[in-house]
Amino acid sequence: MAEQERIQKQRTERDADTTHDVNVDATKGDQLKAELDDLLDEIDEVLEENAEEFVRNYVQKGGE
Amino acid sequence: MAIAKVLGIETEYGIAGGPDLDPITASSIIVNAYAQQGRTRINWDFHGETPELDARGLPGLTSFAPIVETHLANTVLTNGARLYVDHAHPEYSSPECRSPLEATLFDVAGEEVMRRALVVANENLEPEHAITLYKNNSDGKGNSYGTHENYLVSRDVDFTNVIRAMVPHFVSRQIVVGAGKVGAETDYGHDADPAFQLSQRAEFFEEVVGLETTLKRPIINTRDEPHSDAERFRRLHVIIGDANLSQVATFVKLGSTALLLAALEDEGPEGFPSPPRHPVRAVRAYSLDPSLRAVEICEDNRWRSAWDFQDELWEIASTYAKKTGGEAVGDEEEVSLVLREWREMLDGVRDDLDAVADRVDWVAKQRIVNGIQERHGLNAHDAKLRAIDLQYHDLRPEKSLAQRVGLKTLLRVDEVREAVHNPPRTTRAYFRGRCVARYPDQIAAANWDSVVFDLGEGPLQRVPMMDPLRGTAALTEDLLEVSSTANELLRALDR
Repeated sequence: MAEQERIQKQRTERDADTTHDVNVDATKGDQLKAELDDLLDEIDEVLEENAEEFVRNYVQKGGE
Repeated sequence: MAIAKVLGIETEYGIAGGPDLDPITASSIIVNAYAQQGRTRINWDFHGETPELDARGLPGLTSFAPIVETHLANTVLTNGARLYVDHAHPEYSSPECRSPLEATLFDVAGEEVMRRALVVANENLEPEHAITLYKNNSDGKGNSYGTHENYLVSRDVDFTNVIRAMVPHFVSRQIVVGAGKVGAETDYGHDADPAFQLSQRAEFFEEVVGLETTLKRPIINTRDEPHSDAERFRRLHVIIGDANLSQVATFVKLGSTALLLAALEDEGPEGFPSPPRHPVRAVRAYSLDPSLRAVEICEDNRWRSAWDFQDELWEIASTYAKKTGGEAVGDEEEVSLVLREWREMLDGVRDDLDAVADRVDWVAKQRIVNGIQERHGLNAHDAKLRAIDLQYHDLRPEKSLAQRVGLKTLLRVDEVREAVHNPPRTTRAYFRGRCVARYPDQIAAANWDSVVFDLGEGPLQRVPMMDPLRGTAALTEDLLEVSSTANELLRALDR
């Protein structure tokens, strides 16, 4: 959350300082990066704790 | 004029847990949990099942017919679907639908059916025996299970033309509708040792054409079991697909394939791109290359990437839709949505992955796999990355990663809820589903092409439904409404 706020703040400052030639792609890039960071935080939270055992125990019989 | 592309998807779900860790027991618990909720107690009727019939005529000597298991839990739902235990997996076969969007709706309704079954089943199990379900196609250890699409095709189309026209699509569509996979799991895959593949299923395919589905899997499956009037119809049984969590991917997978089949019916195979000389090598090589640069030599001596194939196929579908309106597949608005999404996904996977991470399952999955790998400095073969792969497909809302990556939806939640209980109005699934809902005590069994009534006295009465486009709401809703018992319904049908 703090990371998100910091990025938001940076962006606001930069937007205010820049009167022309705003680099739209860089802003979009920052935003994507921030979104991905939040998503990865969430994934770290819900991911099965013992990944090794979780993966090892998942054995299926073939189907179809 | 191409016939209506009636279509649907059958999905075998991955299953773990259960009281004795036996997947057949666990699958039966899931199916029975749903059935015992009072939603259905009606058995599937195996009359007319002929999975051993081969579209090419006589089966080849190396082709072994699939075995129909009749003793496992097997039910018909009020939405017209079939819910049952297939081998060692719970399977949901969607009802027959009239358009790609409708078929997507009933595929997503299947996820909800499984989720509800899971909740009910686990309420009655000790926590340590809890069952989990996955909408995926492999266990990462060399075992694969299927997600099969079905398309109604005119019997007039020569099967060799189906092969000629559709192989290019089936080897290449994974670049937009592949579900993605961390690592590899077959001898072939291990040799290549990829960090990530486009498709769950590609490395399991070993033949171009064949009858089997569990061994020597073919790119084109020849099972000739139309579940309808065999003089007029084929049912193309497509076994080379991944289960998608992205609704848009499911929609584009169905829509693109249906449009190409309609174009084939109306215009023949001549305009289709020349197939790869080695289709099995192509489908595997394309899967192993998320950079999409791999090229394969084709029968016309040109080299094509999977993207080149898809680009040409999109043009065929688009031109066909312009010419005919694409009404065999869906209304104008829906057909143009198929083409628009397909185009955007194609351009996205080549030029801007981030732009399609909300639609393309493999892109969404690869993005989080790479992100976690980078964040924690992990080796490409770390179990954590395989866990992400598996958990992407987990049906439990509290565990599902697909539900967290921001996938765009096409369907409203209330529509899905409706579709869990109510059949599509556009096909014979309407009659099947409504009969199951209205006269549960007077139905002995049902299957794709008939409903069998038990009126208490006299012989069982079978109502055949050999045309998938009869038995619709337009044709039967009034009749069902005024018939408060099956006796009344059958008397009215007799008139």
